[in-house]
Amino acid sequence: MNIPWLSVLMLVPLLLGTLVACWPRSAASGVRRIALASHVLVLGLVLWVGVEFDVANGALQFVERRAWVPTLGVEYHLGLDGLGLVSVLLAAAVPLLAAAVSDRVAAGRESLYYGLLLLLEAGLMGTFTALNFFHWFLFWELSLVPAYLLVRFFGGPGAGAAAFQFFVYTMVGSVTLLLGFLALRVAGGTFDFIELARLGKSGQLAQGLAAAVPRLGLDISGEMLTRGVFLGVLLGFAVKVPIWPFHTWLPSTYTEAPAPVTMVLTGVMSKMGVYGLLRVALPIFPDQFRELQGPLLLLALATVIFPALAALVQRDLKRVLAYSSINHLGYCLLGAFVLTPGAAGADWVESAAAPALNGVLLQMLNHGLTAATLFAAVELFERRTGGIRRLDQFGGLRSVAPIFCGLVGISVFASLGLPGLNGFVGEFLIFRGVYAAAPWVAVLGTLGLLATAVFLLTLMQRLFHGELECPGNRFQDLDVGERFLLGVPVALMLVLGVYPDLVLRWTNLTVLGMAAGN
Amino acid sequence: MAMNYLELARLTLAEAIVVVTALVVLGVDLKLGAATALGIRRGWACGLGVVGCVVAVAWLGVGAPAGSVAGGMLVSDALTRWVKMVLLGLTVGTLLLSGRSTFSVHVGEYVAVLLLGLVGMLLIAGTENVLVLFLALELASVSLYILVGFNKRDPRGTEAALKYFLFGGMAGAFLLFGLSLIYGATGAIEFRAIALKLSTAGLSPLLMVGLVMVLVGLGFKVAAVPFHFWAPDAYQGAPTPAASFIAAGSKVAAFFILAKLTVVAFPAVAGYWNWSQIAPGWTPLLALVSAVSMVVGNLAALTQRNVKRLLAYSAVAHAGYVLMALVEGKTLGLFAVTFYAVTYAITALGAFGVVSLVEAGTGGSDWEHFRGLSQKAPGLALCFGIFVLSLAGIPPLAGFFGKFYLFLVAMSVGGGNYGLLWLVGLGAATTCVSFFYYLRLLKVVFVEGPEGESKPWPKGGIEFATVAVAAVGVVAIGCLPGWVLGPLQNALVAAGF
Amino acid sequence: MALTWTIWISMLGAVGVYLAGPGNPARCRWIALMASVAGCVAALVGASQVGVNSELVTLVRVPWVKILGIEFHLAADGVSVVLVLLTGVAAVAGILFSWNVSLRANEFFALYLLLITGVYGVFLSFDLFQFFAFYELAIVPKYFLIAIWGSTRREYGAMKLALYSFIGSALVLVGVLAVYLSSGTSSFDLVRLADSGVPAAVQTWAFPLVFVGFAILAGMWPFHTWAPTGHVAAPTAASMLLAGVVMKLGAYGALRVGMMVMPQGAMLWAPAVATLATVGIVSAALVALVQQDFKFVIGYSSVSHMGFVLLGLAAANPRGVSGAVLQMFSHGVIAGLLFGVVGRMVYDRTHTRELTLLEGLGLARALPFAAVTFTLASVASMGLPGFSGFVAEMQVLTGAWQAYPIAALAAGVGVVLAVAFTLRVLQKAFLGPATTVTPEDATPITTPEKLGAFLLLGTSLWVGLYPKLLLDWIDGGLGSPAFATMRKVLGWP
Repeated sequence: MNIPWLSVLMLVPLLLGTLVACWPRSAASGVRRIALASHVLVLGLVLWVGVEFDVANGALQFVERRAWVPTLGVEYHLGLDGLGLVSVLLAAAVPLLAAAVSDRVAAGRESLYYGLLLLLEAGLMGTFTALNFFHWFLFWELSLVPAYLLVRFFGGPGAGAAAFQFFVYTMVGSVTLLLGFLALRVAGGTFDFIELARLGKSGQLAQGLAAAVPRLGLDISGEMLTRGVFLGVLLGFAVKVPIWPFHTWLPSTYTEAPAPVTMVLTGVMSKMGVYGLLRVALPIFPDQFRELQGPLLLLALATVIFPALAALVQRDLKRVLAYSSINHLGYCLLGAFVLTPGAAGADWVESAAAPALNGVLLQMLNHGLTAATLFAAVELFERRTGGIRRLDQFGGLRSVAPIFCGLVGISVFASLGLPGLNGFVGEFLIFRGVYAAAPWVAVLGTLGLLATAVFLLTLMQRLFHGELECPGNRFQDLDVGERFLLGVPVALMLVLGVYPDLVLRWTNLTVLGMAAGN
Repeated sequence: MAMNYLELARLTLAEAIVVVTALVVLGVDLKLGAATALGIRRGWACGLGVVGCVVAVAWLGVGAPAGSVAGGMLVSDALTRWVKMVLLGLTVGTLLLSGRSTFSVHVGEYVAVLLLGLVGMLLIAGTENVLVLFLALELASVSLYILVGFNKRDPRGTEAALKYFLFGGMAGAFLLFGLSLIYGATGAIEFRAIALKLSTAGLSPLLMVGLVMVLVGLGFKVAAVPFHFWAPDAYQGAPTPAASFIAAGSKVAAFFILAKLTVVAFPAVAGYWNWSQIAPGWTPLLALVSAVSMVVGNLAALTQRNVKRLLAYSAVAHAGYVLMALVEGKTLGLFAVTFYAVTYAITALGAFGVVSLVEAGTGGSDWEHFRGLSQKAPGLALCFGIFVLSLAGIPPLAGFFGKFYLFLVAMSVGGGNYGLLWLVGLGAATTCVSFFYYLRLLKVVFVEGPEGESKPWPKGGIEFATVAVAAVGVVAIGCLPGWVLGPLQNALVAAGF
Repeated sequence: MALTWTIWISMLGAVGVYLAGPGNPARCRWIALMASVAGCVAALVGASQVGVNSELVTLVRVPWVKILGIEFHLAADGVSVVLVLLTGVAAVAGILFSWNVSLRANEFFALYLLLITGVYGVFLSFDLFQFFAFYELAIVPKYFLIAIWGSTRREYGAMKLALYSFIGSALVLVGVLAVYLSSGTSSFDLVRLADSGVPAAVQTWAFPLVFVGFAILAGMWPFHTWAPTGHVAAPTAASMLLAGVVMKLGAYGALRVGMMVMPQGAMLWAPAVATLATVGIVSAALVALVQQDFKFVIGYSSVSHMGFVLLGLAAANPRGVSGAVLQMFSHGVIAGLLFGVVGRMVYDRTHTRELTLLEGLGLARALPFAAVTFTLASVASMGLPGFSGFVAEMQVLTGAWQAYPIAALAAGVGVVLAVAFTLRVLQKAFLGPATTVTPEDATPITTPEKLGAFLLLGTSLWVGLYPKLLLDWIDGGLGSPAFATMRKVLGWP
């Protein structure tokens, strides 16, 4: 039987999430178990899809395509390639881990919390599989709502303002994205990503857009209009990732959100931006990317360096990690922006584009894993301190909680890119690609690496070393369940660090295809 | 030309029936004497009056011949018969409303004067001769002066009657002077003869003065600005049934003859007023009077706190709307104006009927007397709502279609250049103003709650039935204007228009 | 044809409810509910009979006033069908949300159904005179509904609303007369008027009269100020109807009479209309951002969202106009729901609409159902995909981009602002910090309210996920013979 796997992937969390959200409050105790089981189920489905995935095929797989609203050019069009697979994997794994550490956060309103989390997962699944703008945008936007509500309801004292900022910033990006795509639709007559990419490559989109210039009443050329549309689309992704200077919503949101929600925000939602850049923007606007490569790389560099510097002076554990997240996504951007599909010959693809893109995919996965683990650790930390997380109030925790500190230590090292751990491979591949394309960027980018190392090591030093300092309750080490929760992802970091091919074999063909521009 | 008296008798039989009825009413009332209970005397008087009117209607409807005596001194054609029937019907309504009024003990005289006034109006409707027109107008006017002051104990009524009389006398003088000037200019007193003369003679300054004076006289009758000053006082001071007679019957007669003068007598000196292009004549005068009437009537109505005064100013405004269509100056104008006058008269009659019942129930016609009417007497309030909304021109009521038609006719003036658009625009704008006071009036009735403990509302019997019939009529004509338009059109065609 | 019955059922229902007397509110409610449900069913059945073909189905056509060529002419094309369906849904929901009305209940529901009668009548009229008559018929009940059963400054709000409406209809009247007289058809038949070709010179000045006259009721800036005050003053059901269907009367009239009969005028004036629409979208959104009264926010949001309808009409291309019609439907459903939540679920329980006060009540805990409903309605209102608003605004923006790209960009700003003010009000009203203060009367949400909320939400979601449902009708309607002249003049394919 031909099962529409991708629809199932999206529908299962959607239906289960609705079910959980409607669960009566009086029977809340079972909700957590149902929710966890649902997440496990989704992860199982994703793994099954991964098994079914044909690694020898670089094209889109599991394609579903049905007419939906023909007059508007709307189709139900799903498909999955290596890029999608990595993203979907994250979208299943991170929420599971988040749900597993959520018992403190969700207390009292379990059904709402777990329901929203599942709905968020459904939105993410939809985003990562859709190939038609209409319903891609549907999930892109709808994932925002549960995220907003999770922050708003379960966040800290400043959650209201933070959530508002988060939502409105993202919506600004979404609206420019929408307007951009409407212009593309008028110019190209389709919403289909694949079709738009074809038109973009052949220059027909630019021609179509140029036709709108006379009506604008402005003295601009068709190229400028196309560039404007490109920037509009780019802004949508830039806010989501985020790219400096559109990142200002992020630190307060990540800080005010409860740590498990932050796990999903940073682990998966930020990847939506990267995914969008790779899947949507890059194939449709190859020429524009090429033209603006210099400024874009500068922005990516800024995204790497400035947040790292900002993280140096933060005193709030979550805020440090928030800036660290931006910094790490900066590497993804570096990798993404050096890609200029179809620019040069196969040699170039081999030396720069493919490594960079492979690195980006690895980095997406790695950062998702590492950041989620770190924020999970923050949650475990907050459980013990009653929500206090100012760095200068702690010290010497290693003496009382060696296992916790050990696992967190490995995660931190993974995060700063120590060889042998997962972070290294991705960043190495990115830098290799970037160096081949733009050596000066790679050189400056390493400055970011340095700053990252400094603030992460400072963080460890403050927390784990020196005199024992801990306000409130005694700081207990992890219990068995918690060890398991942190241990599994840390083990994965080790595995991926040693054997990255586990992922690369799935992504390689996709990467080669994308890098070659077809 | 020898007068055929039999013919004359047949042509005036309807009027004769009414006169005889008036005399019979007087006689019966005399016979019953002051000893008889007032209620019974009123019943007899009004009943006889109604019977007389109904007989007259029946005659007009069935047997009355067409014809004309003495060169249009008395004309009987389908159109005049139709208008006369309407007048009789309105009078029946007035009589039914008067059935239980307590303003006077002189019941017989009241009904008789009413009927005599009606005779005047019937004659107005049935003449094409300026002399008879003047006489008939005076007959009607004198009767109305008396009716306004009929409640001798009411100083307001007496004052109003005096005011009405003085203004009316002056207006009559103007009219007479104007008519004599026209006679001087044309040497004719019959409408058609005047028209014939004018078509060759054209407009002279003397004639222009005459036209202005005629307009003064008739403008007074229809209460157009600036000849409207009597109206608020007369409406408020007169016994309410009498006021309804002024508002309904006399308006129909006056509008009809004004329209007929315009269409039959003065087409040759019509002139025009298309935007800034003005040719002096009769219709620019009408347009001017129409414009100021609409503006002044509606603005003045805004500040009224008495329902009768409000209806008076509303009548002034409506005179403006009617004159607007009359500017068209042709058959279509006559048609629209007659239709509108009839629908307006029914509405006004009903509205005054409600006022009369409210006065009986609460003792006055100021706003506080109407407050919370919808909860004290829902049926009455509903009828009042229908009348007021019809006056405002809300579908599906008679006033809507009437006004729509007036605007349509006015708009068609100028043969494609919409020369009267300024007047139509003004009419539309002032209509918006009028919505304000009509709605405020309805707010008092429907929105505000009654004050104090509510007394049991007096039963309204025949009066309420009359009001209800009028309300149904307003709705029916609004929904199916063809019921009135059709016969009217047939009458017009039959009358040679 | 069943569509005709929508009018008669509502009218009979109005009479029936009125006769039920003031003493028994429950009976009045049930009669009204049955009448509105029957109307809704008739609309559905009728809609299926009309089908999605590009045709104009005549329902009733009899001479009415022969000397003027006025006919009683009910007909339907896809555009009418969509709006009739909206009316059916909104009418049922409005009654469900006014289940607690007991003061003079018979009059309330009678006026309500009378208003609905007028609305159905307008949407099905293909005779200009009849159209105008039904249009005015719908205004008067509104005045009373607000003035008698309203809240804040109700008499002021009601009067303002009524006067604005009447001023609008006076403008329309003059334009209508000009159209009739200049067409030379001696007929008020809308299609014949359109096909006869009103002279271009007349269209030049008659189109703005008609369009602005109707657009006043659609809340076109700068003639929109009646809308917020009227909405705030109105009782729940009336504000639901006001935003839900009455504002659509204006927009529909602007399309059906303004654009269909006078396409040349439309072409000439479209840039001005687009400008006003865009200014309305942005300025109303900005104003909504700073309101302190819950209902004022929603009121201004209505103005802003109706700006999209006008923008779509001004674009005057197939996508824009189709989007405008869909936006009429969508906004009708969503605004109805928002007003239902504000007026019935919140205000009737807390007796306040001050956002600063509501913030302290923590309504998300006290009234979870209301909070969830409002959240979803907000999402729909912001134009997030999945709900009807997105599809409509997307179409309008596409159309606007094709015609006036700058306006499309400015409207994009409006969308962002809409997100901001909706989110602000959502946060303040429902997601405030839960304090110990509980609302005086936190009675649970009743079943009728829930049914109404489900009905409207479901409709919006359904249309949002499967817009083809309505788009087929709309596009079919715009392709019907009625719009033939307009299509030709505007150069549609």
